[in-house]
Amino acid sequence: MSPVTQVPAERPPVALAPTQPITLHINGQDHFLTIAPWTTLLDALREYLALTGTKQGCDHGQCGACTVLVDGKRINSCLSLAVMQEGADIQTIEGLGTEENLHPLQQAFIDHDAFQCGYCTPGQICSAQGLINEGKAKTEDEVRELMSGNICRCGAYSNILTAIMEVLGNKEDGAEVSNAPMPKQEWSAGAARAEMGPVEPAK
Amino acid sequence: MNSFTFTQAPAVDAAVQESVAHDGAAYIGGGTNLIDLMKENVARPTHLIGLKKLGLDAIETLPDGGLRLGALATNADTAWHPEVEKRYPLLSQAILAGASPQLRNMATDGGNLMQRTRCYYFYDLATPCNKREPGSGCSAIGGYNRIHAILGTSEQCIATHPSDMCVALAALEATVRVSGPHGERTIPFEDFHRLPGTTPHLDNTLMPGELITGLDLPAQGFEKHFSYLKLRDRTSYAFALVSVAAALELDGNTITAARLALGGVAHKPWRDQAAEALLVGQPATVDTFRRAAAKVVEGAQGYGSNDFKIELARRAIVRALKQAAEMNQELDSNAFLNSNP
Repeated sequence: MSPVTQVPAERPPVALAPTQPITLHINGQDHFLTIAPWTTLLDALREYLALTGTKQGCDHGQCGACTVLVDGKRINSCLSLAVMQEGADIQTIEGLGTEENLHPLQQAFIDHDAFQCGYCTPGQICSAQGLINEGKAKTEDEVRELMSGNICRCGAYSNILTAIMEVLGNKEDGAEVSNAPMPKQEWSAGAARAEMGPVEPAK
Repeated sequence: MNSFTFTQAPAVDAAVQESVAHDGAAYIGGGTNLIDLMKENVARPTHLIGLKKLGLDAIETLPDGGLRLGALATNADTAWHPEVEKRYPLLSQAILAGASPQLRNMATDGGNLMQRTRCYYFYDLATPCNKREPGSGCSAIGGYNRIHAILGTSEQCIATHPSDMCVALAALEATVRVSGPHGERTIPFEDFHRLPGTTPHLDNTLMPGELITGLDLPAQGFEKHFSYLKLRDRTSYAFALVSVAAALELDGNTITAARLALGGVAHKPWRDQAAEALLVGQPATVDTFRRAAAKVVEGAQGYGSNDFKIELARRAIVRALKQAAEMNQELDSNAFLNSNP
């Protein structure tokens, strides 16, 4: 045996990471994983399930790039452990639309050029969907305040605001809503794709 | 992050038993602060006890007319609960002044009380900090201390409690309900958080293994005259440099009841009952408010970079009391930009 592979007798064996089996319900599908408890929901999505649409930015809950919807509510997936999300209904950007059938927010972001590098965009869109689900923001000022958990270092804020206001069905001058917010169930978190509102592909 | 094990506790008793059975165990509610501290290796729990299955997320009216907030109710669900919005708008406003929508959707009401200071030296393992490592020294005293405390400090620690919600809870005289190895008890809000003294590593008066199960609000909600004024480096998603929760009851122009609590200035939400006493029975005028403000900052001490907070706090108190009395403020913290104190 080569000396290189000899392990000194006094060194304790390295303990295996304690893993546990969990089931995550993501975008309408169950995923079975055996992971260490310190795995964040963000890492579970990206590293174990290849759902890389959700981005890692600051990893400390400050930038919002990792925003996903859990039971219809937006959260920072970097500050939640995957083991804490068993039984929850998780929706990521991959569950919000398809290339053929874009989600209204995705279409609005394209129409209004609401990004440059695009890294924060999945988080912005998931956050905007969470904002719509909450039904609290109606004016431009309210949307700005309730989108403050999403940082865009390219500074595309004004176009992001315009895109969200369009989907909210508001006037761009920030006037109070003239019509009721779009029905939540059309594209609320966890809805099967077929249940999403009819959206014409961009052409 | 260090290695740890995780259990989802099925009930409060089981959670407490888990905590007693594991050295270095910690409860985890929303996890928004604890997981961040674990990523920085400031917190190194050996065992996490999940609380999600305990229920405890209800918000319900009490027989005495008060309101009980379950410890696991999220900050967002609390701020936007119809009863809170209607009867305790001060609490609603304070919660919405803090963090981001994503964080408020995860963070729990019990966890909000348990969050730790955002002192940069507490977070930085390379620097001494008596709160993180008792006896190692305080890097903020004599260091960069722009965000630090001006009231109730000690030679060992000048950290602040970062919560907005807790400032409103202090003003509203909430009661903290806890369960522990020796049963249940209640803690008046004023007695929950501690001043640093010679034990800055202790943030609060919870005993080992004790778990917050709920918060009780008394019936008096000060919904007619209140203000939560938060001053910070940007007008959204930043911690307070100084914040003021002001609540009044008026008979004509005479103040019949007053509550005054400050955030961003001390190791705990800083309620000043002596200043409140100066308000009661007096006309709701700027002169009255100035006397109360002077009382609050009477013993304030700056540490260099945070000297400005003394004058800022004095003016913010006057402004918040004026807003509470007149109730003509825009219900956001931008209002202070538009006029002078």
